Amino acid sequence: MNDAMSLGIHRLWKDALLRVMNPQPGLRLLDAAGGTGDISFRFMAYTRSVHEQKLRRRARSNQTPSWQDITASYSSEGAGPPQSRAVVCDINKEMLKVGKGRAEEAGITTGYEVIGGDEFGLSCSSAGVSWVVGDAEELPFDEDQFDVYTIAFGIRNVTHVEQALQEAFRVLKPGGRFLCLEFSQVSTPLLSKLYDAYSFQVIPVLGEVIAGDWKSYQYLVESIRRFPNQETFKGMIEEAGFSRVQYINLTGGICAIHSAFKL
Amino acid sequence: MCSVLSRARRWAFAFHVLTRQQHTAWESDHHGRLYTGHIQTSPVQKALLAVGSGIAALQNPYRHDMVAVLGETTGHLALVKLRNRMRNNPEGYTILIERPRIQVSTLDLSWMSALPDGSLGREYLCFLEKNKVTPDTRANVKFVDDEELAYVMQRYREVHDLLHTLLGMPTNMLGEVAVKMFEAAQTGLPMCILGAILGPLRLSTSRLQKLTTSLGPWALHSGIHSRCVLSVFYERRWEQNLEDLREELNIEPPPFTLPANSKRPS
Repeated sequence: MNDAMSLGIHRLWKDALLRVMNPQPGLRLLDAAGGTGDISFRFMAYTRSVHEQKLRRRARSNQTPSWQDITASYSSEGAGPPQSRAVVCDINKEMLKVGKGRAEEAGITTGYEVIGGDEFGLSCSSAGVSWVVGDAEELPFDEDQFDVYTIAFGIRNVTHVEQALQEAFRVLKPGGRFLCLEFSQVSTPLLSKLYDAYSFQVIPVLGEVIAGDWKSYQYLVESIRRFPNQETFKGMIEEAGFSRVQYINLTGGICAIHSAFKL
Repeated sequence: MCSVLSRARRWAFAFHVLTRQQHTAWESDHHGRLYTGHIQTSPVQKALLAVGSGIAALQNPYRHDMVAVLGETTGHLALVKLRNRMRNNPEGYTILIERPRIQVSTLDLSWMSALPDGSLGREYLCFLEKNKVTPDTRANVKFVDDEELAYVMQRYREVHDLLHTLLGMPTNMLGEVAVKMFEAAQTGLPMCILGAILGPLRLSTSRLQKLTTSLGPWALHSGIHSRCVLSVFYERRWEQNLEDLREELNIEPPPFTLPANSKRPS
């Protein structure tokens, strides 16, 4: 359905989010409103490829090691690569189940699953993707847990956006990064007209024809228009306590990535 | 002698039908929309819906919601003609005023099952049971932008099962195509015409032969020459003998009977 509505472009937007994030191996990610885990899977793939690139670079520059170097490399091999961990948190259990299925098919190890919804602190140290049921306005995690917090196409559906932002601030470690990918306002008038025409004429029709549900997709395009624009949302993020708030427009402002740090 | 009596019986029936109590009325308070479930659409949206639902229905004929949407977005002219035809008939006019609905909630099933064999009500219930369908599976009209025409469309949908009973056709593919041909001939709805043309493509050769040689011509002939089936107040005719009703409506009995569809309901 997302592919039909965005002509597959939503995949490019999510890839862009990862490039902006540029995560290094060993980070802990909270993928809020993560649904079926699109961002988390990309995160695992990205950190894995960064790690492999590092290994390749090290191998290339290390063609004639000394005996001391070889001994040192034996002892460090036991430690293994740094473990990247992603936690997908969503209010909808069914989406998480679908995501878990996709992870199993792709062979990504599962850290743990909490499909029950109780609050508890994160102390598990296994690698891979974990699946937790939770509300973005009241996250079931202790403070200072995550290096990166992302929310992709989810914050628009949260009733109290300020609360979600405060929760994001709470669970991030000091120095942690907040990233939000969301539909935003188009600035140029021509693109705006085309985008509006497409949104209101085509999207509900696609909803009716593909999913048999006009009303939900009518609601979708209306909720996009109601969400605050780039600058206003930037202000809201600053209100929650974040610093160095920036935003990058994608596809002429149809989407925007907001980035901030907990300093 | 016989024809005089049967005509007198018919007049008595007509009088009886037109003067009985009002049935369930079509609701009218709808949050600014024309009727419950109405979705306002622009011409562009209607065109897109027509194309999209057409493709979806062709790919998967079991998507009844798409067949319904196709009917609604392409049927304006045909609905106007149908509505005018109903207005020009006294019984049809009464239906347009009183707006009866055929739903499980409005039917008195225990009373209907006690009716004598051969009566419309009894045969209709038998048909529902044998083919494992219920009148409540019809989708509500969404995209027709006139409240009266929306009712005509809804009436057409709800009368479809009764039409199966009147024509003696089961709900398998062959029976459905035959009924679609009748409906296409009578209503002129583009969706029926499309169904009548494309439906036969999915039939086996033996069934196709049956259709082209006897069933099809009979369905078309009946559709053209019979009275408008939407202008019949079925809800007041449950006790009427089915054969009498067929005669009154000028519907010939089918050239042969087909076995009921006990598999997937349509």
